[in-house]
Order: sequence, then C-alpha cells, then structure tokens
Amino acid sequence: MRSTRPFRLLAALVSCLPIAAFADARLVETQCAGCHALTRPDYDALGIGERAERRGPPLYYAGNKFREEWLVEWLQRPERVRPGGVFAPAHAVTTPEGDVIDEASLPEHPALSAADAESAAKYLMTLRPYDELIEAQAYEPGTIALRLGQMNFSKFKGCDSCHRDAPDRGGVSGPELYTAWERLQPGFIAAYIADPVAFDPHSIMPKAGLPPDEVKKLADYLKALSETGQ
Amino acid sequence: MKRILFAVLGGASLASLVGVAQADGDPRRGEALYKVYCTQCHGLEGNGRGVNTPDMAVLPRNHTDRGEMSARTDEDLFKAIQGGGKAVNKSVLMPAWGGNLDESEIRDLIAYLRELCCKNTQ
Repeated sequence: MRSTRPFRLLAALVSCLPIAAFADARLVETQCAGCHALTRPDYDALGIGERAERRGPPLYYAGNKFREEWLVEWLQRPERVRPGGVFAPAHAVTTPEGDVIDEASLPEHPALSAADAESAAKYLMTLRPYDELIEAQAYEPGTIALRLGQMNFSKFKGCDSCHRDAPDRGGVSGPELYTAWERLQPGFIAAYIADPVAFDPHSIMPKAGLPPDEVKKLADYLKALSETGQ
Repeated sequence: MKRILFAVLGGASLASLVGVAQADGDPRRGEALYKVYCTQCHGLEGNGRGVNTPDMAVLPRNHTDRGEMSARTDEDLFKAIQGGGKAVNKSVLMPAWGGNLDESEIRDLIAYLRELCCKNTQ
C-alpha cells in the first residue's frame, strides 16, 4: 500500500497558505490594475508625460491613504471625487468664456458587489509603503474655527484654486475636499499636504514647504468641514 | 580698485551665465511640463482661462500676451515659478513650484513661455 503521507503534507501546506489574501489581491489586480498603479512606477523612466496619461490615481499607497470603511462603501456606490477627472486638462475644452470640463468625457468608476468591495478594500489596505512619512509628520487632529480655517484655506494658502471645500466653491483640477475627512486617514492628509512629492513625484499639488503648525491648520479645517456637514 | 573691478566683472559674468542658462532651457521639455503643471489654471492655450478660473478672485497671467510677458525678465519668471506669486508680490493663488520642479525644469518652462508669448508675433 502506497503511503499517503506526501499528500497529507501537501494538503497541510496548502491549508496554511493565505488563500483569502491571494483572492483579494487577484481581484484587485484584475479589476483595478488597468487604470491604477498597484506598484510604484519607475517615474524617472516614464517622464512627466506619465502624469497627463493617468487613467486613475495610483493605489500603491492606498493603505496609507484611505479609510477602509470609506473604501468599502465607495467601491459599491462610487461618486466622483475629482470634478475634472484624474487629469483635468485631458477633459478640458476651450470655449470663448475659458476652458471648461467636458463632463461627457469623464469616465464612470465601475461599482463592485458588497463582497468584492470588502475583498478589494482589505487588500488595498495592505499597501502601506509610506508608514514612515506619516509617522514623521506626527499630526494630532485638533480644532479650528470654521471661518478662520476657510480663510486660511482660500485667501492665505490659495488651496481653493484647485480644490473645492464645498460642492459649489473652488477649482476642479484637484480632488474635492469637503468629504476628505471621511475618505482619508488624518495622518495621510497632513503628510501629503507637507510633501506630496514624497508620495508621488509627479503630483501636481505644490510642495509648499509648510511648517507643521501650518499643515495642522489645513488638516484641522478638513476635520472641521466634516463636523459641520458643510 | 582692482578688487572692485574684479567683483563687478565677476558679478556681471555670473549674471550673464545665469541669463544664458535660462535662455538655454529646452522649450519642448518646458511644453510637456507646462501641460502638466500650468494648464489647469493658465489654460490649454496659455491665455489665463483654465478650468480652475471661474471662482478665482484674481485671474492667472495670460501667457500669450506679448506686452505683459515682454515686461517680465527671465529672472522675474524664474522667481514667480520657483517661489510663487508671493515671491514677486502677486497673488498667492500662483503657488510656489520650487518643491516640485528643479532649476533646470524651471528654465525649460521659461523657454516655453517665451515661445508661447512671442513666437507668432516676432
């Protein structure tokens, strides 16, 4: 009689493999990689033209960036975060009144089932190459008066050139920020404001060189926005 | 006296070196950078009417305006791009790009700006 020992050993090994994690990764690779970078691209080799050709924001640091509960919800019922698309000039047309976004050219994000959204979010949250950047910023959420925060955001820092802090106010080339606090981890908000280029060398957000207390004022304003439901 | 003369000549040659280096920017590389970093505010055609402008209190510079652009030296443009509007006593809506672009890339942008403002009217 032949021994079944090798088969039992193989079965034991297979049962130890993280099958669920593999399935989560496979789902994200098949569903997301067509438009999103899941590993850090070779930015130097690609050159700046890469930024204009992106079809979706990079996700290789999604675990540092998003709140998992927001991801699960959003992937089932996606709503546009970037009013002008991932690269607004690619969706702009020139008119006598100035450039406008051609809404018809903006792609819709596919919606996932609840199970797939859970699975994709779980895998995306494992992508955390920038833990150290976030820890270095050491942001502790605090409070700021809404009016002062708004004035700082627009008049003093000019963030509203590209970002909306209300559905009907601000620029369209950056992601809207009136839901940023629900969407993003607080530490990411602060670290990205401080140095967007460290996360993405082709980021079109200026690295303004703000000191930590100025970064904090802006991050606290996004928190204040979420608390007022503005 | 000799020392002063050397200092003056040294300063002059340094200034001319900077001037030459800025004039030597690559306009094609500058055009690619302009498309990514500038068009959302300054417009696809560089006319200052980009997609972000409807809510702006101060409109971005029209880079196709030969008169306006001719009044700016390369050094003025370098300062404005690197240090933002604040660095040249203009609006904070123009951000400082010195953390995103190195000096050579800023010179490429200036070379492209000189084409954009003046190539059709020279």
